[in-house]
Amino acid sequence: MNRKMKDSKSYSGIQLYSLVVLRLFIGWHLLYEGIAKLINPGWSSVGFLRESQWIMAGFANWVTSNSGVLNTVDFLNTWGLIAIGTGLILGLFSRAASIFGTILLLMYYLNNPPLIGLEYSLPSEGNYLVINKTLIEAVALFVLSVFPTSHIIGFDLFVNSSRQKNKN
Amino acid sequence: MANKNKQEQNTDPKTDQAQNTNLNRRTLLKAMAGIPVLGLLAYGASEKNAYNKNKSSRLIKELGLDDIEAPRIIKSRAGEGDLIRIGFIGFGNRANQLARALGFMDKATARAQKENGRLQHWMEQEYLNVEIVGICDVFDLHAENGLDIAKNGFRVNGQTGTDVPVKRYRTYREMLADDSIDAVVVATPDHHHARITTDAVRAGKHVYCEKSIALSEEELNEVYNAVKNSDRVFQLGHQITQNTVFQQAKEIIRKDVLGKITLVETTTNRNSASGAWIRHLDSNGNPKPGSLDTIDWEQWLGDRPHKPFSVDRFYNWTKFFDYDHGMLGQLFSHEYDAVNQLLRMGIPHSAVSSGGIYFWKDNREIPDLLHSVFEYPDKELTLLYSASLASARQRGRVFMGHDASMELGGSIKITADYDSTKYKQQIADGLIDTNGPMLSVSPGSGIDAITSPTEKYYASRGLTDTYVNGRPVDVTHLHLKEWLDVIRHGGQVSDDIEKAYEEGITILMAHKSYVEKRRVEWDPVERKIV
Repeated sequence: MNRKMKDSKSYSGIQLYSLVVLRLFIGWHLLYEGIAKLINPGWSSVGFLRESQWIMAGFANWVTSNSGVLNTVDFLNTWGLIAIGTGLILGLFSRAASIFGTILLLMYYLNNPPLIGLEYSLPSEGNYLVINKTLIEAVALFVLSVFPTSHIIGFDLFVNSSRQKNKN
Repeated sequence: MANKNKQEQNTDPKTDQAQNTNLNRRTLLKAMAGIPVLGLLAYGASEKNAYNKNKSSRLIKELGLDDIEAPRIIKSRAGEGDLIRIGFIGFGNRANQLARALGFMDKATARAQKENGRLQHWMEQEYLNVEIVGICDVFDLHAENGLDIAKNGFRVNGQTGTDVPVKRYRTYREMLADDSIDAVVVATPDHHHARITTDAVRAGKHVYCEKSIALSEEELNEVYNAVKNSDRVFQLGHQITQNTVFQQAKEIIRKDVLGKITLVETTTNRNSASGAWIRHLDSNGNPKPGSLDTIDWEQWLGDRPHKPFSVDRFYNWTKFFDYDHGMLGQLFSHEYDAVNQLLRMGIPHSAVSSGGIYFWKDNREIPDLLHSVFEYPDKELTLLYSASLASARQRGRVFMGHDASMELGGSIKITADYDSTKYKQQIADGLIDTNGPMLSVSPGSGIDAITSPTEKYYASRGLTDTYVNGRPVDVTHLHLKEWLDVIRHGGQVSDDIEKAYEEGITILMAHKSYVEKRRVEWDPVERKIV
């Protein structure tokens, strides 16, 4: 019996379904962020990156001052969000989606962390000190990567079973 | 229920199979549980998109702006055709920028720009097929700098240096006499502009002259007639109207989005020594180079009253009325041009100026606070210019109409008027909110109706600039390109001698009013200021 099977046995119904709901919601959010960027032809990450402060500021400056790099970043960001969001909703390659999603969200966070002394020209919709919703979403996605559900509810069920068949 | 239990206990192969199918179906359902969620999101996203599009297109349609397209930077024909050989008259700071806009950069700057990643932007600038073949400057250091850029500089097409001979001319007249020069760029202090331009077109050269055009009515009339009577292409150096949003601003005015415009407010908002034309010290606070050994001071003075040489006067000439008209010539000229390009209001009926030297207590003659009011009674329009060199609070450039106002800078923001007649219904319906801009235009992105609070926030802070492929376009380059395009292929430049004349007279009126402390008028019959 493989580890995955053990996992599935270890969740109670309520645990499983709350994890799935969390997965679907985060997937929904990221996928729509990607779609919104895709259907807005004028969208570019340049506005966000120009606001960048703290440790990522140098990187952001390099990206925005170089049109080729900026285009690549915009493309990867949009399609990355779409791929991660779809992966989470469908439960397809969900672990990879969770891990890449965590990394992407951490990148957003590190560009605009709500640290003392860093001021941004855009007001935030709430009050934050060090921890903001982006960071919480990143951590939630990380939690999903260690408590996977897609092999029980999601396409990974097939992926895993076909892998098992191949092994057998 | 009992029956079912019985069946489950039954172990005949038929029910086993049924159970298996059941299990497979449940597995399948579990595997595909995400699909309806995905469908729901797709539906929601398309609904939301349709809602936004509908709201925004309704507003744009109601404003009659639905047929305005985003202007694109069209690859011009400026580079096609024969090589144009250009001479620079004056090679100071501005000339360096002009050379860059023509496709030439000194190696040190190119190296620095390469390091900070900016060189690529500049390299994307269109190649204009020109050579800088002559440099004329009264200051050896500036002339050497110009020669170095022309001979050994880094070029927009990736080359370094040229085989074409580059010559230094001691006087501009020597340069004008040389047939190997097709066109000149005049970037001297202002008191030389009119005379050099007059002589240059008479010598058969095309001229690109920095603003402002002339310091007296006699000079202005002379240069006007000289250019009028020649077939050479003259362009006055006002690059800001080359910003792509100006095309859309023109359309917005043509479509009467603003209603009747009765007031245009233009401003200058500066608050630094450099902004106040104190520029004779280097970054360490030491006087910049230059002495009678390296500067032909008599030639620099030209026909102006004799004054002993000083580094102050040489670098800070803008402070003195002998050489220019201060903020009117240096800054209002741009403002006037921006408004005149859009409204074509021409020469005002009257002008009143007032102001004083209130902050920069040095030896300057030019005021550091200045306000000029120009009246156009036949157009029922007032043009206001308010300038301060002692506060950098940005006040923008605003066209005020009965129905809406337009703030025109690097982008456009249009805000409906609370008491508008035309938009009364839309305001009542909530389609137009008068608390923030209703339309914005950014270079390269076209017109957007502002329908969400976030967009409003962005637009009100001027954060809506979209960069074409992340690249800001050098407007000076576009202005020079236009000039070269017309030289090679004919057509009309933006800042021809007619507009230069209207601008020149307007500036002279405001200046005269300030100096003589009285209201002055334009006599359109005698064509003179009274």
